[in-house]
Amino acid sequence: MTDPTNKLPSGRTRIDSLEMRGITKRFPGVLASDHVDFDVQSGEVHALLGENGAGKSTLMKILYGLYHPDEGEVLLNGKPVSIASPNDSINLGIGMIHQHFMLVPSLTIAENVALGLPSSRGLLTDLDQVSKRIVELADIYGLRIDPSLYVWQLSVGQQQRVEIIKALYRGAALLILDEPTAVLTPQEVDELFVIMRQMVKDGHALIFISHKLHEVVEISNRVTVLRDGRKIGTRPTSEITKQDLANWMVGREVGFAPDRGNVECGEARLELKNVSCGSDRGTPGLRGVSMEVCSGEILGIAGVSGNGQRELAETIAGLRKVIGGQVILEGKDVTGLSPAALTDRMLSYIPEERMRDGVIKEFTVAENMILREHEKMPYSRMGFLNLGEISRHADELIKKFQVKTPSRETHAKNLSGGNIQKVVLAREIYRTPRVIIAAQPTRGLDIGATEYVRERLLEQRRNGVAIMLISEDLDEILALSDRIAVLYEGRIMDIVPREQATPQKLGLLMAGVHLEENASVVK
Amino acid sequence: MITDLLSTTVLIGILASGIRLATPYLYAAIGETFGQKSGVLNLGVEGQMLLGCFAAFYVAYTTGNLWLGLLAAMFVGALMGLAMAFVTVNLHAQQGISGIGFYLFGLGMSELLFQRLMGTVETVKGFPKIYIPGLSDIPGLGEIFFNQNILVYGAYLLVPLAWFVLNKTTLGLKIRAVGENPDAADSLGVNVARVRYFTIILGGTLSGIAGASLSIALLNVFQQNMTSGLGFIAVALVYFGGWKPVGVLGGALLFSMVNSLQLWIQVLGIPVPSDIAVMMPYVLTILVLVATVSRVRSPSALSKPFERES
Repeated sequence: MTDPTNKLPSGRTRIDSLEMRGITKRFPGVLASDHVDFDVQSGEVHALLGENGAGKSTLMKILYGLYHPDEGEVLLNGKPVSIASPNDSINLGIGMIHQHFMLVPSLTIAENVALGLPSSRGLLTDLDQVSKRIVELADIYGLRIDPSLYVWQLSVGQQQRVEIIKALYRGAALLILDEPTAVLTPQEVDELFVIMRQMVKDGHALIFISHKLHEVVEISNRVTVLRDGRKIGTRPTSEITKQDLANWMVGREVGFAPDRGNVECGEARLELKNVSCGSDRGTPGLRGVSMEVCSGEILGIAGVSGNGQRELAETIAGLRKVIGGQVILEGKDVTGLSPAALTDRMLSYIPEERMRDGVIKEFTVAENMILREHEKMPYSRMGFLNLGEISRHADELIKKFQVKTPSRETHAKNLSGGNIQKVVLAREIYRTPRVIIAAQPTRGLDIGATEYVRERLLEQRRNGVAIMLISEDLDEILALSDRIAVLYEGRIMDIVPREQATPQKLGLLMAGVHLEENASVVK
Repeated sequence: MITDLLSTTVLIGILASGIRLATPYLYAAIGETFGQKSGVLNLGVEGQMLLGCFAAFYVAYTTGNLWLGLLAAMFVGALMGLAMAFVTVNLHAQQGISGIGFYLFGLGMSELLFQRLMGTVETVKGFPKIYIPGLSDIPGLGEIFFNQNILVYGAYLLVPLAWFVLNKTTLGLKIRAVGENPDAADSLGVNVARVRYFTIILGGTLSGIAGASLSIALLNVFQQNMTSGLGFIAVALVYFGGWKPVGVLGGALLFSMVNSLQLWIQVLGIPVPSDIAVMMPYVLTILVLVATVSRVRSPSALSKPFERES
């Protein structure tokens, strides 16, 4: 920071300070950002912490020019600037790594980087020169990148590097990282942190958005907590504990580890024998998966997104064609049975995309609650719906599962994510299932709803239900599971008892490294 | 009489008219390729062609100037494209349905204008064949490839040109990106709306030329609904061609050759019911699309309106 030239390794001038003052943004019916002040300086990581809907992304989208604030101003090196579009922010040296990567899979790395930039050859592209510069930049930060590869060929971690290179290429001196670790294995997170530390050392200013406390504590210099669109406070990270941060985020005391209780594992309720199936892209989805889930057990399925999790859940739920192998439910072969037949055998399924597969958005809460058993007594008789019973049932479940909804006649699409998940949970659990497949059951939910869902799953486990928990959130897997299976490219890498599972060990398995090889890697 | 089909003269005739008949397919389908590459499905091609067809003919007929006719067709096509762009880009209309609306508009409007302004079927002297010294004299090949009018040559030149623009220019990069992931393009400062306006208007202009090629270069008349589904086949050709200009060329040639063949079958009086013969290109459309479905992936954002949101 004493560098007199004030330049970054990329040749770009540093941003000494950036300040957002009194930023207010209203959406219809929501105050997404309420007079928020935020600032970041060269050479620091400033973490922005908050639950979903706290206003983190809104604030950053304003900084990046994707939204326009209703009130407030942005000062760069002390001078007010106007940011009307991403073009403006890019020109000011602000870059953003979006949570959902902003990459075009059918284009090469070089094409993705060159997109939207003027070319040195006028109307023609200058991809060879772009590639050269990409390699130069990548070398500075120790990133290995071949610019001629197509983005669809890259792993998620590699794609994130392309995003970083893309921002650096555009001369970003300040980088906004919007939940960059959400899609990474623990090892990839470590690698990202190495890169981030290097960038900070070189004088970049970094804004790190996350809701994972331990990451915030590990990487940031300062942390700002947002809740319900308001700033709760800013502190140097060294002066605050995880527990304080959690309480700030939620606005009340939170317990960390859910109480699992001791449960005896019983008989095998769900067995997979060498199951194979296809994926949506026509490639193999599962390649010979075998496992069993016992009564009173939660079997966690860990893995990086896209390694067969979706296929696994859909195969068991009867939604995907089984190419080979057997699915056995309580000793009976149910391979190829329809979802209706599986419902009769008391299999419950909490789908990964709750808005798409979990509920019908245009249906009411009451209707969504009987979807699975609408053809059965007492909800209907000879094809006629028993509306009185359906209403009574809905009211009971709304109360029992603490669903926050104006009424049972409210359309599902008007509920928050957490409450929609409670509707799904109520429907799937109330019927006292024998087996539950829970796919990403807390994804996108706030801490409160997450706690609730986890507690309910543990309660089912105590009741002796066999639960398969598919999650990309390793903390969740470790907190809830009795055993953990790691999926990699459609295969089970290994199944580890919880006591022997560490994030490092699972991370390597998630990256496709076998444990025998681990020995030499980890030392 | 079947043997007639195999005589050299007839074969050359079939191939020459096949080359010629590919012209409207090429203009329309290349234009549609640009649109779809940027994520916009325009089903209104047929309507744009019909209006272009009429505009070209009417202006050429009244002024006696074919070039003015061509310009008029391009202008009308561009105007239709502009309207389509406004409806799909600004108003976020469902693209398939609005495209059908534009088709019906073009169909009705061209008929109305024809009734009001002309009333009877007339003919014009279309663009003349261009004699290229040397090339046109090559036996066989000269007759097939180098004895055509300017719009035919233009159509074939369009293929490499379109390939070059799509793959070698910054504009092409933007078009492809906008069709695959408009959010990503937007985040990099690419103006998604502007790119789509450009491709839709370009597509309309080329559809206009496609129409003009029928009325003042190939058939040299205007009749009601004279495109008879050709614009829809052009849309199908884009899928068939896998969103590549060269693929579109292959598809266009396949269809025009079949069309040419069925025309010659009728001319030669070969005892095939004419209805069956006329049906051939359309049956082929269905068969080809069934055969090629899911062979190539379409642009991911095809027919999805783009809107910035959280």
